[in-house]
Amino acid sequence: MNSLIRSTARCLRSGAAVYPPRQADGRVWSASARFLCASAGLQKDLGEMVKKDKVVVFMKGTPAQPMCGFSNAVVQILRMHGVDDYAAYNVLEDSELREGVKTFSNWPTIPQVYFSGEFVGGCDILLQMHQNGDLVEELKKLGISSALLEAEKESK
Amino acid sequence: MDNKEPQNKQKKKKNLGGLLPQPLMLPTVLRCVRPISTSLALSRPLAHFRPHMDPDPSRPIERSIRSKLTDALDPVHLEVHNESHMHAVPPGSESHFRVLVVSSQFEGLPLIKRHRLVNEALKKELSSCVHALSIQAKTPEQWRSDPSLAKSPPCMGGSRGDHTVEEKLKAGRE
Repeated sequence: MNSLIRSTARCLRSGAAVYPPRQADGRVWSASARFLCASAGLQKDLGEMVKKDKVVVFMKGTPAQPMCGFSNAVVQILRMHGVDDYAAYNVLEDSELREGVKTFSNWPTIPQVYFSGEFVGGCDILLQMHQNGDLVEELKKLGISSALLEAEKESK
Repeated sequence: MDNKEPQNKQKKKKNLGGLLPQPLMLPTVLRCVRPISTSLALSRPLAHFRPHMDPDPSRPIERSIRSKLTDALDPVHLEVHNESHMHAVPPGSESHFRVLVVSSQFEGLPLIKRHRLVNEALKKELSSCVHALSIQAKTPEQWRSDPSLAKSPPCMGGSRGDHTVEEKLKAGRE
């Protein structure tokens, strides 16, 4: 599923680069203008990407093989709550995505977590939400019942 | 936990190139919050020990981070920890940091807004030489009820061979 999602993300972005933007008189824009258009295209794609799924993570590596301790922490936390159906985008595969998402979120580091199109934060925030119980509540608002809540009910 | 023990472990981590077996990563992160006194940063002389050549003893990035956070947030307590030695970067790097900021300016603010304030204060460092920044942003009351420093998860070697990190390390040296 993750590879399908990654390839979907690539298709959206390569679409912006395949057709060089043309000015009204048919002349092809300069390289810098094309870059700006591709970047603008990526920002628009990101706007769609973060809304397409309830939980979206921009990380280094994949949930199966994280390449960074902080990204791994996000994966582990989501796993503990039984959240395994989420979109995960590997920024190490695409430097444009890596920089683009930082601009989009106005957040300087990876990983980045989105819930229903809204930026939640990085590893530190997700960990604190997990520790103080807020994560269970936020997942509930998404219509996701945390596995930890289920485990607590069963133990009573 | 003995203060020296984590330092020895960190040295061993460095020798292994930042790659560690980590069977229970998250439980370790959640359990190992070390109670820390306000004077602890001063009483841990080995905290910034650099056994190899090339490190800048003046630690310019660390000083800049401390200065900017002090100016921007007027903290009642501030800790700036260079955690670069825990990652796959050369000894003496100033690329990975953990900050603990206790400020009344965080009152009433959700975590995301607190972190954005910290990010904004360190915008220049984050866009140039700092690759990773872990943030704990507490109000004075929260700090009084829980005076602990969180522990960063073990490195998984992602910085090695990472072109972006190499550029940041170069920026830090210049």
